[in-house]
Amino acid sequence: MSSAREFHLRTPLRDEDVEALRIGDVVYLSGTVVTARDEAHELALEVLRSGGTLPVDLRGLAVYHCGPVAVKQADGSWRIIAAGPTTSMRMDTVEPEFIERTGAKLIIGKGGMGKATAEAMKKHKAAYAVFTGGAGALAAQAIKRVKDVYWLDKLGMAEAMWVFEVEEFGPLTITIDSTGANLYEQYMSEVARRAKEVKRELGLPAEE
Amino acid sequence: MALTESDLTGIFYEMVKTAATSIPEDVYRALKDGYERETNPLAKKQLEAILKDIELACSGKVPICQDTGTPYFFFEMGENFPIRLGAINAAREAVRRATKDGYLRPNAVDPFYKKNSGDNTGRYIPWIHVDLVEGNDLKVWFMTKGGGSEAPVTLIMSEPILGFEKLKSGVIDTIVKYGPLPCPPVIVGVAIAAGGDMALTLAKKALLRPIGERNPDPNIAKLEVELLNALNKLGLGPHGFGGGLTALDVKIDYAYRHPATFAIGIVTSCWATRRVSAVIHADGSWEMTSRHLRYTGSGCTILR
Repeated sequence: MSSAREFHLRTPLRDEDVEALRIGDVVYLSGTVVTARDEAHELALEVLRSGGTLPVDLRGLAVYHCGPVAVKQADGSWRIIAAGPTTSMRMDTVEPEFIERTGAKLIIGKGGMGKATAEAMKKHKAAYAVFTGGAGALAAQAIKRVKDVYWLDKLGMAEAMWVFEVEEFGPLTITIDSTGANLYEQYMSEVARRAKEVKRELGLPAEE
Repeated sequence: MALTESDLTGIFYEMVKTAATSIPEDVYRALKDGYERETNPLAKKQLEAILKDIELACSGKVPICQDTGTPYFFFEMGENFPIRLGAINAAREAVRRATKDGYLRPNAVDPFYKKNSGDNTGRYIPWIHVDLVEGNDLKVWFMTKGGGSEAPVTLIMSEPILGFEKLKSGVIDTIVKYGPLPCPPVIVGVAIAAGGDMALTLAKKALLRPIGERNPDPNIAKLEVELLNALNKLGLGPHGFGGGLTALDVKIDYAYRHPATFAIGIVTSCWATRRVSAVIHADGSWEMTSRHLRYTGSGCTILR
């Protein structure tokens, strides 16, 4: 296997920035990243469906499935201590509508996303990237500043919408690109094929 | 000087802080060794990011992962250890303090009222498992267990005749089914028991044993190695990006089963396995029995 292509991108991302990316590429991102996990997705969609606007315009930005550990400093500003990704599949049912309504260009999380999200990414020229799961301190190092935080009182620290200014945030591995290709789907069918071989070697029945 | 509840709180606080910020020696070595051997570029990139993260957490004394997990205490309490109920109170208080100081993210949520307690305590949380044993010491294991790596928890109630076949298939199927979700490379805990609750509890406790330490029973040890090798042939790899390191180890334990049952509990722990152990003596002296990657002022080194 050849080594991965690397991209250094800055928000706002344009369609052509995203269209250049293919599954297996590695991105380091600078600019604005906004966190949203389960409850922020639900609340954002409620607001947008009823004709409202979000506290931050997500067009061209990156949305990060993340619930950070944040500590309030003496001067009232926030310091992010750890900010790795959470499991993206939990947002899979609402992500297509979220992408359509917000215009976000890059979704960042862990574990991959499903068919409907991949379809929406093809339609709206967006991509999905995985940041190393668990690497909370590494992510925090790339966060230079908390620009804002919304819905903190209502949703709590982990579920609030944090607006981060990031510098060279990565490695972000593209696993769904704007053609709708899904790296994990390809990998997992290979893993399933190997599982059959491994079971045969152990003398186990092929299927349950 | 006699040991007080407040001394215990201080000791447990040190343990919680160590677990959150300083990876245990065995986990660090297994990841580093895996990084050095890995040839798949995407998998190597993930392991490189993991090692960087571990070192940043160690030098900055910050959590390794933002999901600082659900706190578990396992006590082996000597029957003559002077503080018993107080040890439970001290465990709760230590978790509260560590949360306030930013080492733990508030993760305890009331399922019915959706309210986060804000301090990682609540009904049955921290989870405290107490075994009463002979002697005067309190042996403590603290583990903080990430939410993502609970996703694959599997209980199989097998027919006894098919027990070992279903155990092996079950471990492989679980790892394949959940793929990248539990943040591989994972540690897999497996246990056989009479009841489902027993199997899952013992499987979770099996995760406390250091990587590379084999079960003293040679037949169980052989099964551990067989399953570990099988998992590392799957090509799932770190975060599902391929390569040879899907599991760091497989740990197996058991209880006697009922003639008609063969319960198999399967649990996983993420690469960021955070655990610490200590022995506390009745006179208040204590030692940490696990070694961790710690910051010494000039860099990160393995220390007790």
